[in-house]
This record gives sequence, structure tokens and C-alpha cells, in this order.
Amino acid sequence: MAEVLDAAVRLIAIVAVFLVLPLVAGQTEHKVMAHMQSRLGPMYAGGFHGWAQLIADGVKFIQKEDVIPAAADRRVFGLAPAVALVPYLVVMVVIPIGPGLVGVDLDAGLFFVLAVMGIGVLGSIMAGWSSGNKYSLMGGMRSAAQLMSYELPLVLAASSVAMAAGTLSLPGIVEAWQWWWLPWQAVGGVVFFMAGLAELRRPPFDMPIAESEIIMGPMTEYTGIRFALFMLAEYAGIIVLSALTSVLFLGGWHGPLLPGPVWMLIKVFALVFVVIWVRVSYPRLREDQLQKLAWAGLVPLALAQLALTGIVKVLTV
Amino acid sequence: MDEYFGSYAVVVALFAIGVVIFAGALFGNRMLRPNRPTPEKLTTYECGIDPVGDGWAQSQVRYYVFTYLYVVFAVDAVFLFPWATVFAAPGFGMTTLVEMFVFLGFIALGILYAWRKRVLAWT
Repeated sequence: MAEVLDAAVRLIAIVAVFLVLPLVAGQTEHKVMAHMQSRLGPMYAGGFHGWAQLIADGVKFIQKEDVIPAAADRRVFGLAPAVALVPYLVVMVVIPIGPGLVGVDLDAGLFFVLAVMGIGVLGSIMAGWSSGNKYSLMGGMRSAAQLMSYELPLVLAASSVAMAAGTLSLPGIVEAWQWWWLPWQAVGGVVFFMAGLAELRRPPFDMPIAESEIIMGPMTEYTGIRFALFMLAEYAGIIVLSALTSVLFLGGWHGPLLPGPVWMLIKVFALVFVVIWVRVSYPRLREDQLQKLAWAGLVPLALAQLALTGIVKVLTV
Repeated sequence: MDEYFGSYAVVVALFAIGVVIFAGALFGNRMLRPNRPTPEKLTTYECGIDPVGDGWAQSQVRYYVFTYLYVVFAVDAVFLFPWATVFAAPGFGMTTLVEMFVFLGFIALGILYAWRKRVLAWT
């Protein structure tokens, strides 16, 4: 009984994090982007600096008519937002925020994370294919190509950390972490973060949804609550990517003075800020530049990181 | 063995919660939304003007080569994970490191080949 209760409390905490942090990240994006572009961003909803803007958006979205185009493949079209959203919730179960503070400590945690995160992209491919819209189809194709190209540097960079720690369990990796891993794994960290951004289809890797060229890609035909769920999936993805990068490369809950979960939160939001900053600063890559960056840039870098990790590890043990 | 799969019970429970969240959002939407479909509303939006031709138009898929590349490397990468956890354990050491360089060499050779074949550059 105590076991079930323990698991229930952990699950409730995870769901709360899943429903709150993406909204905080979204609101941060509204405000940070606005100020970087010399605007104010939302100011009215909720009174104080528009803090309730995304809640107001949610209230609006849930009242909107559910329009599914006659030409669309209804069942796949309806299911796509769930396929995009649920994997990010499931991934959160293995991300530790403090010693012992984790949904469940899977011994193949890292492998599980990479496998499940890959599924999220299927949602966008399904949406593109089922919309009955030429531009959405192109967007879906681009999503698929992007997943193919960036999954490899992501996996290689992640396995470099697994080599360093000698375990695939995420809490195990954080426990094994030392401060000098920061320079040692720096290249892998950058590769992992960039490849993760590309998997989330965030700017400057947002070729699949490039609105000035293929309208909104796979999401063009979506309205109302289904569109809102796609947006939620995007911001949940940002949270998951930032949390994973903190856990694997920035030492997770390690840090002086403050308690572990606070450090974790600080690191996650520092990375969320970087995600937004990158979006504001860089223009979109062209499709062939995107592919070339993955295969000629990130994969060789990740392989070099693997070699470095291996040499240092064997020499120091 | 039971314990091993037992830890995945929490994962399954969370997946179920995810499905419930999705279903709940759609149900709330169903309760609150108006429903007045018209033929114009149900046409594909595409880019704002009425769509010409079928949605599933023929187009050239340039990305299939990347799929080939990916399949080759993904198989290698899967072997990397079990190896990564034991390569520095006592009794392995230098030999496994050399083996890793052979492994990296194979992957790098694959990319070099693709590069030489000009797969990475679009014409």
C-alpha cells in the first residue's frame, strides 16, 4: 500500500510539473522575446504584466469549434496531437530533480528517454501526412528528415555521458558527476543541446514549420484545442530537453548552498532562456544547410567527443 | 524479474494519465464548443486560397538517402550503449579502447563515403 501511495505522489508531482512548467516557459518566451525586440509583450491578462495570458489562451482554445477539413484523414489527424504530446509526459518519469526525487529509476533510463523522445516527432509526421494539404505534407517530410539526421548526434552525445558515468540510469549519472565533467563533456553537451533543438523543430531549425514558406507545415490545418495541444507539446519538449541537458551535462541537482531541486530548476530555466535567445537571434537555416550541419558538423564533433571520453576514462581509471 | 518489470508499471501508469489528459481536453472542448460546419469551412486551408488539385500531390522526396545513412548508424549506435557502461570496467581497459577506435573509424568512413558521393550537398 505504501508503495502504491509513494508512486501516486510521484505521479501527481510529475503531472503538475508537466502542466505548469511548459506554461511558465511559454510566458517567459512571450516576455523575453518581446523585450529583446523592444516590445512589451502581453500586459493585460491577469493584471500584472500579463501573467495569465496563456491561461486566457487556453480558455479561448477550449471553446473553439473543432474544424477537421473534409479532405483530411480524420482518425490520424485527430490522434496526431496526442502522439506529439504524451511522449514528453512519459519521458518526465525518469528525470531526477534531486537525490531520490525521481518518478522511477529505470536502469536503462537514458536509452528509454532517447527512444520515447523520438516518438514525439511521429506526431508531426502524422499531422503532415493526414492533413490533405501539400504544404503540410512537405512539412511532415522535413520533420522526418530532421529526426533522421539529428537523432544520431543526439544518441552519440548522450552515450558519451553514459561512458563517462558507466551507467544508463539518470540518477546514477548525476551521482557520478564531477565538476570537471563540465569542460570534459562540453562538446558533447553543445551537440546534444543543438540536436535536441532540431528535434523539437525550434528556430533556427524550424524548417518543417517555416511559416513564411510552407505556412505552418504540419500544423496548418489545426485549430482550437488540437492546435493548443501541439503548442503544449512544443513547450513541454523545451522543458524536457533543458532538463535532460542539465541532468546529463550540467550536473543536475549538484550545486553549492541551495537545495538540489532549486539548482535543477535554475539550470532548466537558464537553458530555456538560451532556447528563446537562440530563437530571437538566428535566422532559419535552409533545408540543405540543416542536413549538412547535422552530418558534416554535429556527427563528427560527437564522434570526437566519444574518442575523448574513452581516452580520458581509460587513462584515469 | 518481477521487480524489473515492476518498475515499468509506473511508466505505464503515467502513459495512461497522458491519454486521460488528452481525452479530457477533447471532452472539455466537446462540451464547450459550437458546431456549425459549412462546406467552405471544411475545405483545406492550405495557404489561404482555394486548393488546386489533390492534397497528396506527387513530389520529389530528397530525404531518402538520409534514411539509409541513419539506418546504418543507428544500428551501430544501439551497440554503443551496452558497451559504454562496461568498457572501463576492470579487465577491459586498453583493448576495448582500441576496439572503440575501430568502431569510430567505421562510422567516420561511412560519412566520408557519403560526402565523397556528394549525398550531403544538394544539386
